[in-house]
Amino acid sequence: MKEVRVEYANQASRIGIWLMLLAVVVLAAAPAWGGRDDLRLLSEIYAYVGLASLWNLLAGYAGLVSVGQQAYVGLGAYLLFALTLRAGLPPLWAIPVAGVIVAALAVPVAALLFRLRGHYFAIGTWIVAEVFRLLASQIAVLGGGSGLSLPAGIVTSIAATRQEREFVIYWVALALVVLVLLLIVWLLRSRYGLALKAIRDNELAARSNGIDVTRIKVIVYIITAFGTAMIGALIFLQKLRISPDAAFSVNDWTAFVIFMTVIGGIGRIEGPIVGAVVFFVLRQTLADLGTLYLLLLGTVAIVVMLWAPKGIWGLIVERFGWQVFPLERHVVLDDRGARPRSGP
Amino acid sequence: MLDWINVIVQGVLVGGLYAMFAAGLSLIFGIMRLVNIAHGDLIVLAAYLALVAAETLGIGPLAALLIVAPLMALIGYGLQRLVLNRTLGDDLLPPLLVTFGLSVIIQNGLLEIFSADSRRLQAGAIEVASFPLMEGVSIGVLPLLSFAVAVAVIGALQFVLYRTALGRAFRATADDPSVAQLMGLDNRHIFGLAMALSLAVVAVAGVLLAVRANFDPAIGPARLIFGFESVIIGGLGSLWGTLIGGILLGVAQAIGAEIDPGWQTLAGHLAFLLVLAVRPEGLFPKVRG
Repeated sequence: MKEVRVEYANQASRIGIWLMLLAVVVLAAAPAWGGRDDLRLLSEIYAYVGLASLWNLLAGYAGLVSVGQQAYVGLGAYLLFALTLRAGLPPLWAIPVAGVIVAALAVPVAALLFRLRGHYFAIGTWIVAEVFRLLASQIAVLGGGSGLSLPAGIVTSIAATRQEREFVIYWVALALVVLVLLLIVWLLRSRYGLALKAIRDNELAARSNGIDVTRIKVIVYIITAFGTAMIGALIFLQKLRISPDAAFSVNDWTAFVIFMTVIGGIGRIEGPIVGAVVFFVLRQTLADLGTLYLLLLGTVAIVVMLWAPKGIWGLIVERFGWQVFPLERHVVLDDRGARPRSGP
Repeated sequence: MLDWINVIVQGVLVGGLYAMFAAGLSLIFGIMRLVNIAHGDLIVLAAYLALVAAETLGIGPLAALLIVAPLMALIGYGLQRLVLNRTLGDDLLPPLLVTFGLSVIIQNGLLEIFSADSRRLQAGAIEVASFPLMEGVSIGVLPLLSFAVAVAVIGALQFVLYRTALGRAFRATADDPSVAQLMGLDNRHIFGLAMALSLAVVAVAGVLLAVRANFDPAIGPARLIFGFESVIIGGLGSLWGTLIGGILLGVAQAIGAEIDPGWQTLAGHLAFLLVLAVRPEGLFPKVRG
């Protein structure tokens, strides 16, 4: 009797996952080996890896191309300020609470936006982000159009000394990106992940096999909003100052994120990580160029999209077959001591 | 009461401009299912080109349009043949991401060349001329002129689409690209012409924008959004519907601004979301799905 199992890992991902664990351990120890600037840069990279991974889940896996994710960064950030200033919540607790509230807000937003198909959905998400930005600038208790700063009392409640605070926020940033990546891996390995794959390959066939396509897309949209809001809250906990234009910036929270994902490789979980690292290497070397840097980045993204649509990681996979995260399903037949064979 | 009549009249006239923003967008979506995220930035680009033409040659806005419209059409044809045709297909991602990249490139290119200062195209005495419509309500000549231009352009587009061989080719390619190709049409060329026509309309919109209000490199995305809202409010696929969508958006914004200046744009967005909630196919839809 043959037994059929589904395996997710292969040789490459077994090595890859150990390398990732090693990287997380080394990065968690960064306060011991890095300076203040290193920690700040690393936290910023984590935030972008998180944002790009979530956008990749939305666009690359669920086919929902949003150019309005700044809505959720901004909402998360504003909720952090509102919850700590007005409700007296400790800042670190305000992050997950903001995530949950924004996820709840994403439900009616999804109900409206899902009436727009494909391309129109993209511009619809942008309008929703604009609505939130304009509303934020009307709320006087949260600073209106000019914004406000987080008072020192709230900041010192995280930890007494400045150094301890920086360490705590750094670890929270690292923990958050690890959490986001685990959430995405878990989702993709669940039956929802299989459904997403089926929808991506052929939506009509997926539908006719009984997959509730809209429901799954809404679930992914809400999970993305949840994660994006928590990262937004964390980003502005580090900045300590918020304004509608900064919190709902389409360039900072969507354009950069899209370029990273496209350059790294859309539709693969490793892509946004590679893209974020490339983005920051370019930024550190080309920072003096100012607006020309954005110009260059836009051009690179277009060139990649036209001539290497699978991005850097896609090229690596094609050439070496590497995968870091155990996500591809292999059918294994156990047949009286026969060697496991891997299927498609 | 008179205040409100005034507000609505001004809103209607601005609506013509919004319909202009929308017409080029809806044209290329109808023909090749491409949503051009750089559309608003192309309008701003046209405005700057008109400004350069007017300032260097010492000509008026109308003469500048005669230079900018063919130039934008040429840019459109080149853009479509060299870049955008490569993105068309079943996958939604490439066209969206490429036009999104174009939007960032145009915005930052304009910022690099013209700085962030806001500019305006001078139109002379006509700028402030107006005539009374009734007691207490007067209409600016320039807003009325731009509304008339908008109606004329939409009428001309309607004529091209339904009464000419080129329009037949556009509609055939929109209905079924592969059959159109079998019948001897070169789709890549047809798409190039469609984008050329779209950007010629963009040029008109850009010049109208430039004489009516101050502009700077960053205002493109908002123009895209106003155009998009007009298309959805009016209903997909109907050019006259788009004009009415633009007018409704203009009126909603004018009413919002009358209540509180901070509510102008917001009121327009809320009107759009309301239409989306109660009648997602728009008010005068022609195509479904």
